[in-house]
Amino acid sequence: MAEASVHNHLLCFHCGEVCPTGNITAEDKHFCCEGCKMVYQLLNKSGLCDYYSLNDKPGLNQRIPVRKDKFAFLGDEAIQRKLITFSNDQQTHITFYLPQVHCSSCLYLLENLHRLQPAVISATVNFTRKEISIIYDHNKLSLQKLAELLTSIGYEPYISLQNLQNHKPGVKRSLIYQLGVAGFCFANIMLLSFPEYLGLEAAEILLQGIFRWLNVLLALPVFFYSAWPFYESGWKGLRHKFLNIDAPIALAIIVTFSRSLYEVISGTGAGYFDSMTGIVFFMLVGRVLQDKTYQQLSFERDFTSYFPVAATLVKDGKETPVSLPDIKAGDTLLIHSNELIPADGICTRGKACIDYSFVTGESLPVNKEMGEMVYAGGKQTGSAIEILVIKEVAQSYLTRLWSADAFKKNNEPKSISFVHLLSRYFTYILFTIAASAAVYWAFTDSSKVWNVITAVLIVACPCALLLSNTFTNGNILRILGRNKLYMRNAQAIEDMAGITHIVFDKTGTLTTTAQQEIDYKGLTLSKHQQQAIASLAAQSSHPLSRALAAYFGIIKRLPVEEFHEIPGRGIEGMVGDDWISLGSHQFIVGTPGSAGRAGEVYVAIDDKLYGHFSFHNHYRESAAPLLKTLASRYRLSVLSGDNPTERKTLQQMTGNDASLLFNQQPADKLQYIKKLQNGGERVMMIGDGLNDAGALKQSNVGIALTDDCNNFTPASDAIMEAGQLRNLYRFIRLCRANKQIVIASFILSILYNIVGLSFAVQGLLSPMIAAILMPASSLSILLVTFGSSNIAAKLFRF
Amino acid sequence: MSAIVILLIASISVAAIFLAAFIWSVRNGQYDDDFSPPQRILFDNKPSATNNNE
Repeated sequence: MAEASVHNHLLCFHCGEVCPTGNITAEDKHFCCEGCKMVYQLLNKSGLCDYYSLNDKPGLNQRIPVRKDKFAFLGDEAIQRKLITFSNDQQTHITFYLPQVHCSSCLYLLENLHRLQPAVISATVNFTRKEISIIYDHNKLSLQKLAELLTSIGYEPYISLQNLQNHKPGVKRSLIYQLGVAGFCFANIMLLSFPEYLGLEAAEILLQGIFRWLNVLLALPVFFYSAWPFYESGWKGLRHKFLNIDAPIALAIIVTFSRSLYEVISGTGAGYFDSMTGIVFFMLVGRVLQDKTYQQLSFERDFTSYFPVAATLVKDGKETPVSLPDIKAGDTLLIHSNELIPADGICTRGKACIDYSFVTGESLPVNKEMGEMVYAGGKQTGSAIEILVIKEVAQSYLTRLWSADAFKKNNEPKSISFVHLLSRYFTYILFTIAASAAVYWAFTDSSKVWNVITAVLIVACPCALLLSNTFTNGNILRILGRNKLYMRNAQAIEDMAGITHIVFDKTGTLTTTAQQEIDYKGLTLSKHQQQAIASLAAQSSHPLSRALAAYFGIIKRLPVEEFHEIPGRGIEGMVGDDWISLGSHQFIVGTPGSAGRAGEVYVAIDDKLYGHFSFHNHYRESAAPLLKTLASRYRLSVLSGDNPTERKTLQQMTGNDASLLFNQQPADKLQYIKKLQNGGERVMMIGDGLNDAGALKQSNVGIALTDDCNNFTPASDAIMEAGQLRNLYRFIRLCRANKQIVIASFILSILYNIVGLSFAVQGLLSPMIAAILMPASSLSILLVTFGSSNIAAKLFRF
Repeated sequence: MSAIVILLIASISVAAIFLAAFIWSVRNGQYDDDFSPPQRILFDNKPSATNNNE
């Protein structure tokens, strides 16, 4: 909005949105709606107005009230038991996910919950996870009332079916502990090894023994505890007959430790404990960097975190909440406005107007009459309806998608990193060198054979390769994360670098559902008439009405009288002296429209037809330039659940080589990806909704696009903020640079290895040389990877 | 020589204390949320403090 127009309007003291009328006030503060005013009064009464002084207008818009009995299902014992974490005679502990938490004001208000409701004993917010842990006295306050209290101040808890099924896995911290232990032991061993490097006088031979045995003692936890991830992963690989990079590393650690132990026991030397612990420490640092996780994001979501916990069951004229898994075929469910349909069924009462955009990709709501089939996953946008369930939740059309093959092979990695293959060659060469050195020494000086073999294995483990890989990956992940592309893991970087075909979803990905393009055709509307139409449209919650109201922008709303909404057809009402009707062709003209398209709204003023508004998909501004850039470099496809009305526009954007497919069901999308893969393509899929879930999972790299990272996103390899779509090609280039950096730093490390090996094959590798080589190579690799990945990022203007 | 041994014991035990502190702080969840604690300290009435006063 232009700056000037905002100044002419009052902004709501609570949520900062424009007040449509200036007459909702309390204590000379203006509010946009009664909801916001109520929250203010509640906070004011309890002396919590610091909420407003910490941040300017921190509140959340309360214009759309939450249905009164929405949390009635929390009264159900069985549901309650699954949600609460702890309970005894006096208190209950529960954790809610509050997606609305966004600033310090939220924190202040939520942690002062006990001042609003004395039965709350304590409330602690975890800001990163957007969770609140509440301890309350269940004798004085029910769970339902608690949820309603949070809702009343603007923080509606998000409770989904997933909450019932399993609790979140705890954060894995073992790697951090292993790192801590390794760091401690490494530093102390380094310190204790100094006398050895510098040489001790003969008189201090006792001291030497103490130092050596202390080193053994300190190396034990590193060998048995900190290095564990390498043994585990190496062994896992071998069991699957796959030689990964961790196997030679584990071998090197074991060899180094055994030889060092032998040297200390036999009194022949000090061993290489310092090098061994050092390398374990650095490799663990790399691992920790690479395994960065985004706590607030989840890459594993399925439909259960999109579906609600409970629905309203109608039986013998009574409404009772029922938890979703307990819904049976034959039940009658009451679906309120803006609620999700939990199971496939037949509409038995009321007019359904169902928004399937998230599920199938159709951009406009679909009208369903009584007796028609409605599918699970759609959102009812009209008034309440009743449906007769014909399939249980797990059997429904949408949920069945998750039993498809793509979702079964869940945990197996999709591809193998080139690092493992590189390390394999490396290992073969290494064994050859070790063997030939052994043969040479067997003839020259057989006492030195074991000495040389172990020295070669110690020097030349591919730890440098692992280091350069993990450090580069870790840094690239961070750079991408700063630019709002959140990768599930490091493998996704490599997969992204190697793609050959990019598949886009249309609705919600190339287009945005938040905005629609509207054309008006017909008689010219005067300023006053526009105002009247906007005022009327603002009364309805139908998506087209809301889009229309938004289209006219901020103009002063007029009072509307005798407002009627005929679900699925249109709205009408008296604005000033004019009787305005908005709706379908059928509703306004009386005959079915010629085009029969849902995307047209006709307008009549005082029963005189003025014209119609037609609604088009609004493409993201970045979509056209992005597709143009990509079209010359990759094969492109666009899959849409929508009808082919947009074919022409799309073909223009993607160029003639791209394949465009319309009316695609979720299963079709999955099949299409499979077909491409069978043709030897490596596919990147970019989608946003549940309808893309199968395709995202099947593709080599699935990127879920979202306007708000707190929203539901289907399972994927990466989550990207919608605004970053324009940068997609630069992201791909950065991922490609990743591999080059790893290889470059690997070559550098080979130089160190050659130096080390030249000592080792001669049987001259002293602990001193190892102790210099090890940190020198590790640190320079670290510098090279960090430096060059940052330079690459600069080059691509991140 | 005994001085060195004492110093050794002292230095390793100091380092061990730091290791223990590190592990404790991780286990305690101090790195889980880096936003709330610095904000919380700025609020006039700490939640627990008001509980006791009222």
